[in-house]
Amino acid sequence: MQETRDTLREDDSRPLSGWMKWLDQRTGVKSLMHEALDEPIPGGARWAYVFGSGLLYLFLSQVVTGIFLALYYVPSSDHAHTTVSYISKVVSSGLFLRSVHAYGATAIVILLFLHITQTLLYGSYKGRRELLWLSGCFLLALMLGMAFTGYLLPWDQKAYFASAVGTNIISEVPVIGSSLQRLLRGGSQMGTLTLSRFYVFHVFVLPGLLIAFIATHVFLFRKAGAAGPTKEDPFEPKLPTQKFYPRQVGMDMGASLLIVLALAVVAYFLPIRLGPEAVPSDTSYIPRPEWYYLPMFQWLKVVGGRWSLLGGIVLPGLLALLFAAIPFFDRGRERRPWRRPVVVAGFTIFVACYAGLGALSYHDDASDSNVAGQLARQRNAEIRYMRQPFKPEAASSAPPAAPVPPSADPLIAKGATIFAAGPCSDCHGTRGEGTDKAPALIGVGQKYSADRLAFLLHHRTPEMIDGGMPSVDLDQAETAALVAYLRSLK
Amino acid sequence: MSTPACVPGQETDSVPERRSFLRNVFVVVGGLVSTALAIPLVRFAAFPLRAKEDETSWSDVGKVDEFASLAGPVARTIDVQRTDGWRSSTAQDGVYVVPAGSGALKVLSSVCPHLGCAVRWIDDKDRFICPCHGGTFTRTGAYVSGPPRRAMDELDSKVENGVLKVRLQRFRQLAATKEPVA
Repeated sequence: MQETRDTLREDDSRPLSGWMKWLDQRTGVKSLMHEALDEPIPGGARWAYVFGSGLLYLFLSQVVTGIFLALYYVPSSDHAHTTVSYISKVVSSGLFLRSVHAYGATAIVILLFLHITQTLLYGSYKGRRELLWLSGCFLLALMLGMAFTGYLLPWDQKAYFASAVGTNIISEVPVIGSSLQRLLRGGSQMGTLTLSRFYVFHVFVLPGLLIAFIATHVFLFRKAGAAGPTKEDPFEPKLPTQKFYPRQVGMDMGASLLIVLALAVVAYFLPIRLGPEAVPSDTSYIPRPEWYYLPMFQWLKVVGGRWSLLGGIVLPGLLALLFAAIPFFDRGRERRPWRRPVVVAGFTIFVACYAGLGALSYHDDASDSNVAGQLARQRNAEIRYMRQPFKPEAASSAPPAAPVPPSADPLIAKGATIFAAGPCSDCHGTRGEGTDKAPALIGVGQKYSADRLAFLLHHRTPEMIDGGMPSVDLDQAETAALVAYLRSLK
Repeated sequence: MSTPACVPGQETDSVPERRSFLRNVFVVVGGLVSTALAIPLVRFAAFPLRAKEDETSWSDVGKVDEFASLAGPVARTIDVQRTDGWRSSTAQDGVYVVPAGSGALKVLSSVCPHLGCAVRWIDDKDRFICPCHGGTFTRTGAYVSGPPRRAMDELDSKVENGVLKVRLQRFRQLAATKEPVA
């Protein structure tokens, strides 16, 4: 057996052509190709094995589209939405690339599920493959982290509120919860620092970790060898082997092609929507996470109140640990799924519950007419926003606006003219913002009534006189106008 | 060791012709798909090459009455609205308003057609003189001496509701004729 595994085929030793020989002598490319392509697969190539390469392909697609999107994206709360809008509405192929990137995240979640399901059903984690499984668990967590951090970056209503809820869950962690939340958000509230942090995680930290763990995962996979079908022994493979190239390569390429096509078709015909810019003060917005987080969201509704720590943090944490520990307690040689009822049934129940919670969430939203109405309004707002032409952001370097802000109220407008023309603006600033000569007048209307202000203008207090405030020489109508203007300063 | 060395199907692949044919199929299909995928990426990155430079808007120079009794060139600062990618900004630029005879006005760009320095009007010498390489022009912008290969660039201008307006444009440096930079 060992002999057939290691024997080189005759055609592999064909003489290399001139330039390949030159390259091979310097790089050893031939043995590298041999290492990569002639990997033995016990029992031969199968369509069931394509998910790993599909994930690798999707990851590369995310890296490439992500780098391109970064050409135009600016991670700051005052520009992020404008730049994503610019990408979606102005830049050639921008909407398509953004859609491929956003739907790519969904495709990765689907393929992760298929990859994990295949591994579980085939018992491919058996036979000294614990670390391979663990590195996969880390990859799963990192990918979910990518989906979570990437969701905020467009800074539209949906992104903002979903991430606000997501980061609120973290504060549930005992003892360090609120500190952890502040650390993640860059402050107690969501803001531009949150966006910077999420951006750095999404673009530098998590991709770096992902590349490291993918390399580890592939290395450990090649060290342990392909597990083959369920009848194969996980420790000492006995089945005849087939090389990775060309059959499995063909299947993997076919699957990747299918993924590309599906992604391109969806991205082209159902491009992702960008909603209106986030308005943190909007109290009517109902946030909903991406569909694969929806069951988790529904679960938090079920375990609210005093159960939220147990249900929201402890139980998911225990489940994750249990999941990671599968190869440590399911250790036998038996790989057929019907002979491993505990693991298979446990996984099936979990998937059924997760899907059920998701369905329940959809059902809840659809059956509550208030929620359904608001969700429909939010959807329509997104559709309307996408139809509007792109509006460039006015640069802050524009020349200062007219010193007197126009006001619809003629009385206030008249008062503003008096304020700007008289000596008031010299000391209190053109808009009553205050200078080193005199204090700000903004908010003075909340402090004093109109009568009191009119009185103070004509009867200065000792502090006002000491401060150099001159006497005011205005008739009753002018005083009323000036007071109206002062009270309008906010 | 009674099991066959290889799964059926492997044998046929070992025929050299078959193997190299397969390899070519992989290379061709892979190449075609990669090329197709590169199209949106290239379009996306090369967008600035294809983007239509937006029509420069008209800027106010001043009321036409102010220039009624103009004896010589006068410098004016204008605000130019421009779109800078995803933001719009207002930049300031200098132009010269010069009398063009019989009450007509013409607006000259202050950018020297040589290498782009700001040309100055020197009243004493009755000449526009570029401080960088000494190009000189008459009061109407005609070329007199120095390295520039053409006269100062006249800008499109019009009078609307008594206001002189100008459309700021840039022209290719060093050229003998006035060619707008697209």
